[in-house]
Amino acid sequence: MNRKLSQTIAFTVLRISTLFVVVPVLLVMYFIISRGWRSMSWSFLSTMPAEGGVSGGISGPIIGTLILVTCTIGIALPLGLLSAIYLSEYAKPNLFTRVIRLAIVNLAGVPSIVYGLFGVGIFLLFLKMQPSILVASMTLALLILPVLIVGAEEALRSVPQGFRDASLALGATKWQTVQRIVLPNALPGIITGTILGLSRASGETAPILFTGAVALMGHMPHSLHDPFMALPYHLYMISAASGATVPEYMQWGTALTLLTIVLTMNIAAAIVRLHYRRKQVW
Amino acid sequence: MKIPKIIRKIGEVFMEKLILLCGGVTIIFVILIFVFLLRYSLPALRVVPLFQILVGKDWYPGDEAFGILAIIWGSLLTTVGAIIVAVPIGVAVAIYIGEVAHKRIRETLKPVVEILAAIPSVVIGFLGLVLLVPVIQNVLKIDTGMTALTGAIMLAFMAMPTIISISEDALHAVPQQYREASLAMGATKWQTIWRVVVPAARSGIVASVMLGVGRAIGETMTVLMVTGNSTAMPVWSHGLGFLQPMRTLTATIAAEMGEAVDKSTHYYVLFVIGAVLFVITFLVNFMADLALHRTRR
Repeated sequence: MNRKLSQTIAFTVLRISTLFVVVPVLLVMYFIISRGWRSMSWSFLSTMPAEGGVSGGISGPIIGTLILVTCTIGIALPLGLLSAIYLSEYAKPNLFTRVIRLAIVNLAGVPSIVYGLFGVGIFLLFLKMQPSILVASMTLALLILPVLIVGAEEALRSVPQGFRDASLALGATKWQTVQRIVLPNALPGIITGTILGLSRASGETAPILFTGAVALMGHMPHSLHDPFMALPYHLYMISAASGATVPEYMQWGTALTLLTIVLTMNIAAAIVRLHYRRKQVW
Repeated sequence: MKIPKIIRKIGEVFMEKLILLCGGVTIIFVILIFVFLLRYSLPALRVVPLFQILVGKDWYPGDEAFGILAIIWGSLLTTVGAIIVAVPIGVAVAIYIGEVAHKRIRETLKPVVEILAAIPSVVIGFLGLVLLVPVIQNVLKIDTGMTALTGAIMLAFMAMPTIISISEDALHAVPQQYREASLAMGATKWQTIWRVVVPAARSGIVASVMLGVGRAIGETMTVLMVTGNSTAMPVWSHGLGFLQPMRTLTATIAAEMGEAVDKSTHYYVLFVIGAVLFVITFLVNFMADLALHRTRR
């Protein structure tokens, strides 16, 4: 067969396949923005859901999600960062390190609902805690831990070895080198990874289903020991779980709000990455 | 202010010990997850043997029938369906982005894939419910659009970003000399891609598919929202079981954890399902990691 012809055919097939990804994404953005936009108003964003989510707004779920992800990152970031420092700066290429990497890969692959079950098992059944923001954010923290570790480790590794050597040659100890040379230089990358972790945490539903999220609450949570409403769970409740009584525009409005929060974080992460890559001296 | 040397030394040793501890923390978590899933599976396994749960066809928790065979089929159908759709498209897109597309096209395609990866599963489920379910119902003229097929299509879009990005990494890792040697011998660009680059990136592509499988098996909200949640055994005459409502392992936990009576056998059987899921995804990810490791060497 004509080699040129087969190449043309093959490349055409590749281009068409790409359309199968691009067109749905554009369609989805179009639908969510055009339909969600109609329900957008200050009162929709700033009032609590009423009548079982049929009327009112989504302020409770928005605030709940923001508090939840803040706590989640507060728990996960120190752990993830230290773990990444170990892997990047201290770990030797031995079996222990290999097992850690395997553990990270597997944590990343554990289904989100299994994290939810684990949260129920360890926090509610074993430690006898009550479903709350705290329990849900500890559960979510586990889920985003692999994201944070992988992101931070990559950032730490991208700091040139020469920086470390120079610091050590000047008589700094290993920890001083890590603390004053490696970490500051890896900061943009670490921030990027952290924002991506936040984005992931704000969209998750399954892990918080039984660990603290509730369908409806008349008030905002008063403390970290209170249950809370969350945007993803709210979207599930007013679309799939309830019997078609919720007006569609509210569903689209909730979807648009959630997607806006998540994508804003992703865009922020991309901007941080681009900005610092340009400024990078090495 | 000058900190006395001895205190700084102690602080440093403390930090380094803490770092070592945190380094191993992921191992501890994996073990803890498994231990707690088993711990709370046991009360159920004492009442219903594991074998009976795995091969039982009937899931009627109210009548103490805890067979998950139909549910395992549900997970299998949606996952296989998703992979059949996602692998050819995903690998093709990876090849296009990595080998064919011009820089400018590549730089616009990558964010599109990243957006797809970032959409929360509950939003994908919602879109499937509102947009795809009616289409499936009307086009195929069936009783309900909530089918295994609907779930498989939505899952395919969730597995695609994983497949695309890992495959592309694998293609990227193929040394430039391979391509140059092939082109220098007179091969066309496509021949080079298909006979040299793709085979060289084989194990990375395999790994991407495995990770896609893991993603599809573990996905919860999307399938919960669009597959109709029926626990009946698939009937082959309904388009190989694809054209009827079904339910996955993940959706079963999500749907019933809230309504199962606290500390009943039903409640603990859901932990058994969780343990089964954990073991399946562990194996899938382990194999993916092995394949990836082979590429690196």
